[in-house]
Amino acid sequence: MTDVLSQDTLTLSAKDLKSGLEVKWCAGCGDHAILNCLQNALPKLGHKHEDIVIVSGIGCSSRFPYYMNTYGMHTIHGRASSIASGVKLANSKLHVWQITGDGDALAIGGNHFIHTVRRNIDINVILFNNEIYGLTKGQYSPTTKKGHITKTSPQGTIEIPFNPGELVIGSKGKFFARSVDNNLAITTEILVEAGSFKGTSIVEILQNCVIFNQGTHAMVTDKDVKDDRQVILKQGQPMLFGKNRNKGLVLRGLELEVVTIGENGITEKEILVHDAKMVNPSLHLMLINMKAPDFPVAIGVIRAVDDITYDAELEQQITDVKANSKIKSVDDLFAAGDIWEVK
Amino acid sequence: MNKNTIVKELKKVTIRFTGDSGDGMQLAGMLFSDASALYGNNISTFPDFPSEIRAPQGTVSGVSGFQVHFGHSKIDTPGDHADVLVAMNPAALKISLQWLKKGGTIIVDIDSFTEKDLAKAGYLTNPLEDGSLSDYQIIVAPITSQTHEILKDSGLDNKSIHKTKNMFALGITYYMFDRPIEITEVYFEKKFKEKAGFAAANKKVLRGGYNFAGNVHAIERVIVPPADIEKGFYRTVNGNQATAWGLLAAAEKAQLQLFLGSYPITPASDILQELAKHKALGAHVVQCEDEIAGICTSIGASFVGNLAVTSTSGPGLSLKSEAIGLAVMMELPLVIVNVQRGGPSTGLPTKTEQSDLMQALYGRNGDCPCIVMAGLTSAGCFESAYMAAKLALEHMTPVILLTDGYIANGSQPWKIKKVSELPEIRTKRVAKKTGNHTPFMRAEDSLARNWVIPGQKDMMYRIGGLEKDYVTGAASHDPKNHEKMVKTRDEKVKRVVNSIPDIEVVGEQSGDLLVVGWGSTYGHLLSVVRKMQGEGYNVGLAQFAYINPLPKNTAEVFSRFKKIIVCELNLGQFVNYLRFTLQQFQYLQYNKIQGLPFTQEELKKEFSNILDTI
Repeated sequence: MTDVLSQDTLTLSAKDLKSGLEVKWCAGCGDHAILNCLQNALPKLGHKHEDIVIVSGIGCSSRFPYYMNTYGMHTIHGRASSIASGVKLANSKLHVWQITGDGDALAIGGNHFIHTVRRNIDINVILFNNEIYGLTKGQYSPTTKKGHITKTSPQGTIEIPFNPGELVIGSKGKFFARSVDNNLAITTEILVEAGSFKGTSIVEILQNCVIFNQGTHAMVTDKDVKDDRQVILKQGQPMLFGKNRNKGLVLRGLELEVVTIGENGITEKEILVHDAKMVNPSLHLMLINMKAPDFPVAIGVIRAVDDITYDAELEQQITDVKANSKIKSVDDLFAAGDIWEVK
Repeated sequence: MNKNTIVKELKKVTIRFTGDSGDGMQLAGMLFSDASALYGNNISTFPDFPSEIRAPQGTVSGVSGFQVHFGHSKIDTPGDHADVLVAMNPAALKISLQWLKKGGTIIVDIDSFTEKDLAKAGYLTNPLEDGSLSDYQIIVAPITSQTHEILKDSGLDNKSIHKTKNMFALGITYYMFDRPIEITEVYFEKKFKEKAGFAAANKKVLRGGYNFAGNVHAIERVIVPPADIEKGFYRTVNGNQATAWGLLAAAEKAQLQLFLGSYPITPASDILQELAKHKALGAHVVQCEDEIAGICTSIGASFVGNLAVTSTSGPGLSLKSEAIGLAVMMELPLVIVNVQRGGPSTGLPTKTEQSDLMQALYGRNGDCPCIVMAGLTSAGCFESAYMAAKLALEHMTPVILLTDGYIANGSQPWKIKKVSELPEIRTKRVAKKTGNHTPFMRAEDSLARNWVIPGQKDMMYRIGGLEKDYVTGAASHDPKNHEKMVKTRDEKVKRVVNSIPDIEVVGEQSGDLLVVGWGSTYGHLLSVVRKMQGEGYNVGLAQFAYINPLPKNTAEVFSRFKKIIVCELNLGQFVNYLRFTLQQFQYLQYNKIQGLPFTQEELKKEFSNILDTI
C-alpha cells in the first residue's frame, strides 16, 4: 500500500460502499456474498474512495457496479477487460476492478481477457465462475463440465471446458487466486491481496447459481466435504488440509501426490511449502489443475509474481520522451521538419 | 540551362510514376512532390498501389503508381490524366497507358523491355516497336544499365544498386521540369546519416538521371513557375497525418490528455503510427488486440476524462458498431475516424470509396444517432479532425469522421496553424459539486450532459448500456422514460446544427444546376464547376463536410437551383439520405464505384448533358 491515507480513506467503511440500490440477484445466489466481500476488502486497501472505478460487462454478476457507491461502468458483453484497460491506461492513479463471469470473460471476451493478462495492466478482475449462463437462463458456458446437460446441450456438452487459471498461466499471468463464494473470510483476504498487487490480478471465485446450476461446486464447497476437498494455500506455509490437517501435498517426480502425515513415515517436513512468488509457473499450474475427488482444489493466492506493469511502462516511456524531446507543444511539432515560407 | 533544349512554360503538369511495387515509385513520387512544394508550386498527389506488398515481379497486378499534379495555378486534384508517364517495365506501361493524355510523354526503362518482361506483362509484340504508341512522345532510357554503370565502383552489392534505379528516373523528371535537385540531396543526407554510402549512391544516380536527360537533346524542358500562394509558413501533409495533428491540437486546446486505442488496418494505420510518435505531447497510444478493444479502451479513457479517439477503416467500423452504441448510450465524447476503402467486406483495401456513409449514419442497433462528418481534402483533414473533437467534447456524444484512402494517402501543402488561432473548446467537465448537481444534468441549449470524471470527490456515479432515468441516470425500464431518452439523444445530435457552419455554394449562387458532393470528391467537383462556370454555364457546387446534422441552410440552398445532382463514389448513399431527409427536392445522381476518384472529364460530360436539357 503506497498511497498516503487521507482523512477520508481512514473513515471509509463497507457501509459507504453500498449504493443504496436494491440488490436484485436471486435469493441464495453466491453474488451477494462476493459483493459483501469486496465492500469489506476495499476499506482495508486504503485507497481514496473517489479513485475506485468498477467496470463490468454483461451477465448476472455484471450488475455489480450498480450496487457499489463508487465510479462504475456497466458495459457490453465481453468487453469489460478492454474498457477497464482504457480506464487504467488513461489515468493510472485510479484503482480499477473488473467484475465478470465465465461467459463474459472466457467466451465472448476471451480475446480481451488473455491480452489484458499478457500485458499485465494493473487492474483487478473478479471472475465469478458458476459454469453456466445465468442471465440468459441456463445455457452451457466455456467452463461447464463436459457432458453436463443444459438447455443448449440436451445430450450433454461435447466441449472440453477451460480452467481459468490455466488460461492465466498460458497468457503469462502474474497473479492468480481462487476462492469459494461461501468462505467470506478467505475471499475478503484474497481480494485485499489482489487489490494491493501491481499487475493484472485474476481472482476466480467458485460461485453457485441457485437457479440454473445448483450445486455445481458442491463437491468442493459443501460444509461436510470442504476440509478434505480444499487446500488453502498461504505464502510460506506447508500445503496441509483435511479435517485433522494431517493431509498434505508432496511432489513425486513430475506429479503432485496427496499424502497423510504419520502414514508410511511421512512427516510435515516433506510437505510442499507454498511459494506464490516463484517465477517458474510449473508448480502453480499443477496446483491450479488439481481436481476433486482425487485432489483438493487449491484455494488462495496461487501465483503472485512481481513484474513491471504495462501502465507503469507506458507512463515511463512518456516521461522519458517528454524529458528528451525538443517538442514541448503542438506549435513546436508543426514548426519542426521541412517547412517553407511564402512571402 | 542547356541552350540546345526547347523551353516552354506551363501552368500545370501531371506526372505519373509507375513500376513494380518494389521499384520505389512511391518514394520517387513523394520526393518529386516535396521538391515541387518547396520550389513553390501548388501540389496534389495520388498514390495508387496494389494491396499485395510484393506481387509477382513484372506482372500487371504488381504495378504501383504515384501521380502528382503540380502547378503555378490552383491545384484541387491530382489530375485526371498525366502529361508524363514514367514506366519502369512493360507491365507498368500496359496498365498505366489509360491514365496518359493523348500526345503525352512516356519515359521507359528500355532495359526492362526484354522478351521475358513483355511476355510477363502480356504483350504479344513490343509496343515500343509495333507502332501502337505513335500518338505519344517516347523517351527511351537505359535506366537499369546506367544505374549499374554509375555505381559499379561504389562497393555496393548488386541488389542495393538495383534499388536506386528509381532515382535515375526521378533525375530525368527533375531535368525535364527544372526541379531543385539539392532539396532531394539533403533528404538523402538526413535519411542515411549513418550510411553515407547509401546517401552518396542515391545522390549520384539522381544526378546521373538528370545529366542523362540533359545530354539527350530530344527532351523538351518545361518550366512550371511557382504559384501565388497566401503568405505564411507551409509544410506538406497527407490526410492521415493532418487528421492525427488535428486531434493533437484539439487535445492541447481543450487541455486534455489524448488517448488513441486502435488496431492496424489499411488505409488508417498511419494515424495510429503518427500518434504513436508523439508521446512528447502526452499522447497515450495503445495498439490493441482487435478493433473492438480499440474502441473499448477509448470508451474507458473517455469516462476518465481524456480526449478519446479510435481510428479504423470500413470493416473495422463494422466491428466497433456495438461499442459506438454504448458511447451513445453513456453520452461520452468519442471521435471515431473511419478512413473509407472499397467495400463490402475486405473489398479493395488500398482503393478509395465513399461507401461507409450509411454504416456511419445507421449501422447500430436501436435509434442511435451519431454526429457524422467528412474530410474534404488532405490538408483539410486537420480542421475536420479538430472540429470532430470539439463537437464530441462540447456535445458529449460520439462523432464519426469519414475520410478515405484518396485524401488519407494524398498530400498537399498545408498552411501551418497556431494553436492560439484555433476555435475555443469548452468541455462539459464539472470541477466541483455545486447545488443539486447530477452527472445527467443537461445544458439547456445543447442538451449535453455534465462530464463527471473519476477522482472527483462526492460525485460518484454509475453509468451503463442500460436505458437511464432522465433525471438521475440510474438504470430504468420505464416505458415513457425510454421514449423521452431516445428523443433526447436524437434532439441532442440535431441541435449540433447550431454549432456548425452554413453550407457555402461555390460558383453560381442560384440558377440551373447545383452539384452536390460530400467529403473527398471536393477537389474534382470544384475543378469542374469552376471550369464550366468559366465557360458560361450556370452551375454551383455545395460540398458537405457536415452530414448529420446537415447545415441549417441546406434546404434554402437547394431551393435556389432548378436541378440538383448528387455525385459520390458509391451506389447513392448520400442522395438517398437526402431523399428522405429533404423530401421536397428532386435529386439526380452520378455514381462511380471503381475504387478510383472521379475524373474531371467524366463529370463535365455528365453535367453538360444535364445543362443542355435545361
